[in-house]
Amino acid sequence: MAPMQLPEPDPEILGRREEIIAGLSALFPPHRVSDHVISDTASMRVFECDGLSAYRQLPLVVVLPETTDQVSKVLEFCHQGGVKVVARGAGTSLSGGALPLADAVVLGLGKFNRILDIDYANRCVVAEAGVANMAITDAVASDGFFYGPDPSSQVVCSVGGNIAENSGGVHCLKYGLTTNNVLGVKMVLIDGRVVEIGGRHLDSGGYDLLGVITGSEGLLGVITEVTLRILASPEDVCALLLGFPSAAAAGECVASIIGSGVIPAGMEMMDRPAIHATEEFVHAGYPLDAEALLIVELDGPAAEVEYLVRRVQDLAAEAGANYTRISQNDAERERFWAGRKNAFPAIGRISPDYYCMDGTIPRARLAEVLDRISELSETYGLSVANVFHAGDGNLHPLILYDANVPGELEKTEEFGSEILRLCVEVGGVLTGEHGVGVEKRDLMGAMFTDIDLEQQQRIKCAFDPDQLLNPGKVFPKLHRCVELGRAHVHGGKIPFPHLPRL
Amino acid sequence: MQGFHPETEGQATDVVRAALSENQAINVMGSGSKQGWGAPVAAEVELHLSALQGIESYEPEELVLTAKAGTAMAEIEQALGKNDQTLAFEPPDLGPLYGAAAGSGTLGGIIACNLSGPARIRSGAARDHVLGLDAIGGRGELFHAGGRVVKNVTGFDLSKVMAGSFGTLGVMTSITVRALPAPEKRRTVLIFGLDWERAVEAMGAALRSPHDINGAAHLPAGAAALSEPGYVSGAHQSVTALRIEGPGPSAAARCAALRKLLAPFGEIEELRGHNSSLLWREVRDVAALLPDAGNCIWRLSVPPASGAAVTEALIAATGAEALMDWGGGLIWLSVAPGLDASAGTLRAAIAECGGHATLLRAPEALRAAVPVFQPADAVTEQLAARLKGVFDPAGIFNPGRMSAGA
Repeated sequence: MAPMQLPEPDPEILGRREEIIAGLSALFPPHRVSDHVISDTASMRVFECDGLSAYRQLPLVVVLPETTDQVSKVLEFCHQGGVKVVARGAGTSLSGGALPLADAVVLGLGKFNRILDIDYANRCVVAEAGVANMAITDAVASDGFFYGPDPSSQVVCSVGGNIAENSGGVHCLKYGLTTNNVLGVKMVLIDGRVVEIGGRHLDSGGYDLLGVITGSEGLLGVITEVTLRILASPEDVCALLLGFPSAAAAGECVASIIGSGVIPAGMEMMDRPAIHATEEFVHAGYPLDAEALLIVELDGPAAEVEYLVRRVQDLAAEAGANYTRISQNDAERERFWAGRKNAFPAIGRISPDYYCMDGTIPRARLAEVLDRISELSETYGLSVANVFHAGDGNLHPLILYDANVPGELEKTEEFGSEILRLCVEVGGVLTGEHGVGVEKRDLMGAMFTDIDLEQQQRIKCAFDPDQLLNPGKVFPKLHRCVELGRAHVHGGKIPFPHLPRL
Repeated sequence: MQGFHPETEGQATDVVRAALSENQAINVMGSGSKQGWGAPVAAEVELHLSALQGIESYEPEELVLTAKAGTAMAEIEQALGKNDQTLAFEPPDLGPLYGAAAGSGTLGGIIACNLSGPARIRSGAARDHVLGLDAIGGRGELFHAGGRVVKNVTGFDLSKVMAGSFGTLGVMTSITVRALPAPEKRRTVLIFGLDWERAVEAMGAALRSPHDINGAAHLPAGAAALSEPGYVSGAHQSVTALRIEGPGPSAAARCAALRKLLAPFGEIEELRGHNSSLLWREVRDVAALLPDAGNCIWRLSVPPASGAAVTEALIAATGAEALMDWGGGLIWLSVAPGLDASAGTLRAAIAECGGHATLLRAPEALRAAVPVFQPADAVTEQLAARLKGVFDPAGIFNPGRMSAGA
């Protein structure tokens, strides 16, 4: 695969850099410009990459507005000057969604950090877009509520970024992805106009714009405020730790749990390399002789949890589990999770670098896909550890490599691409929760035809016809909107004799 | 008017291409059971998708089903039922509300209307259960959106915007939906004699509890009297219903806890089994609970805490009959046609609390005169019009059904 290319920087824009910085600075109160506009190289360094740190690029300039009105002015200014904009929440994207461009303004939403309203009567929270995901749950937990989506970066990742990426997490098996938990947004369009979509009610009265904004990776607008659905916290939570002699047996257990009508709050799997790396790191008490480990978490009313724990225990035994432990209290349950939650840093300890993949596959193909990944691992001479949101088929193979070895990063990316193509081949998708960004952009053709991708890009044309928002992300080919807007009139005349008529 | 009943995607594509070349508008429909929903469409071609039908694949262990858009909901529900699975958004059967036969709706119709029943409050809307679809776009080309797995963020979520677009953005030909295990037991706790305000308070208290409520509806005395289960019709007063589903021991324990929680609100009863299912089917499909005197039917989605105040104000202003679902967030109103079916009054109320009001059923002339869907602000309207413009540049799909621009 050819290395990822970002759009060529526009020399005209680069040449106007000082003028653009001055124009942006004029949008903020004179005594506070230095809080809002960052243009020296050393200070911009913080923004040169997101969670996908293999790619780095200094932006043209960084602006950090703190009101929707300021965002509106920044976007209006950029729109008028034909300047590209990359929106950024907490910068935790694992797919390069917030990777800067040399000729684009990075618009950071870090100052949007207030929770605006906690509305228990309507079971929702209104917050500014830069508020951390975890802060929503923290704000309502003592009153018996929580916010469903819980990506692993939840302590820092922003709710606005969650909407841009349609983030998932460990518990989305039961509680849904971000798209299932957002009620409304306030968003600024590229021309500076502010639009409010959704609210504290359910569903859209017209086209479901909220549905398409969610997961649009910063290509359609800049979200400044969000309205999120909160849920009553479950009465009881219990986790089972289950060891299996093979990945196939663990996969069978997952299938039989789902097949029996149980939807656990979370169901995670780790393979042998992941078990060993995490156990060494956090001493969670994982069985080191297991080939695969499942953590099954059940939550809900106490009577239900007790009943389901027994059922899962029986199903695990039938599937051949050779290790079973049921959490006796919250501390023990958290210990079960400690390994899984620290899987990435644990792998980081045993390998100089690792590359985290994110495909989804049909659950039934799990054992087969793991076999093929291990074959590929031999072919490429690179080790892999697998952690897996088993309940919904979302696979996170971690490829271990050393960036200091010449050519190894390229080899790793190629290996990763093969894994993702494999996911598509067995009926899955390229990305389950990390997004396309720049990382999987050039693989989109493995899953979609040009016609499919053009149809997606037409949405872009409805929101941002000049394509100034986050260009170079998601779509492998940039089509001009004039081109996409054209209607091709095909030949053919009614009547069609072969069609069944009224 | 020419009507086509294609049996394959290819044939449907031919119809769209031919209409494009002749610049003819197409009235896109499934079985046509909800044709009365939306502004009247002036079209030269009728495209019926009910012959483009059949379940293409159903993998119970993967919780996923793919069917042609014209597949009857009855067929899908039967196939799922055999495996103790269900569509968790509880798709309503609105056919009878429009005078069509019960059970005549199609999967494409349900998704095109983004139509969800009482379980919406817990399990999400129809659009939340669409994993992917195939559709014919405004250039006569078949495109594919989404996938066949639940967890998927690959590219823009076209399925969401196709759901609820009432056939104005393209012709869906195949849809993949998420199946979920059917609950083992269903029970309903009834509270008698609450007014709208107290009913919303009681439903709110239940929904804020950890008892995992998946239905919260309120029938005033008039609607309750029309219900089939004797406990409800024989109450001679209003009935507030809260549904609990799950494994037997869990349902029993939660029902007991819920009765205790709601005891301060008034007299409490419990419905089980058949009667519980019957009541929720009535709430889901609505027709049986609203007196039918050729009235217009409105469907309002509002912030649930505003439900009581909005309902009371609208009853006072219009003399409407009403009932409430979604814990107060969904209001059904039956009003006299009058000049505008009280559209002005309803939409002024919505402007205050937020949400939307849809004129679900009204005589054709009225639907041509009154915006059927909630008019949005200028910026949103423009986005919607642009979306329609890029998806359907020739403006051939159900022109005008949702608004002048779409």
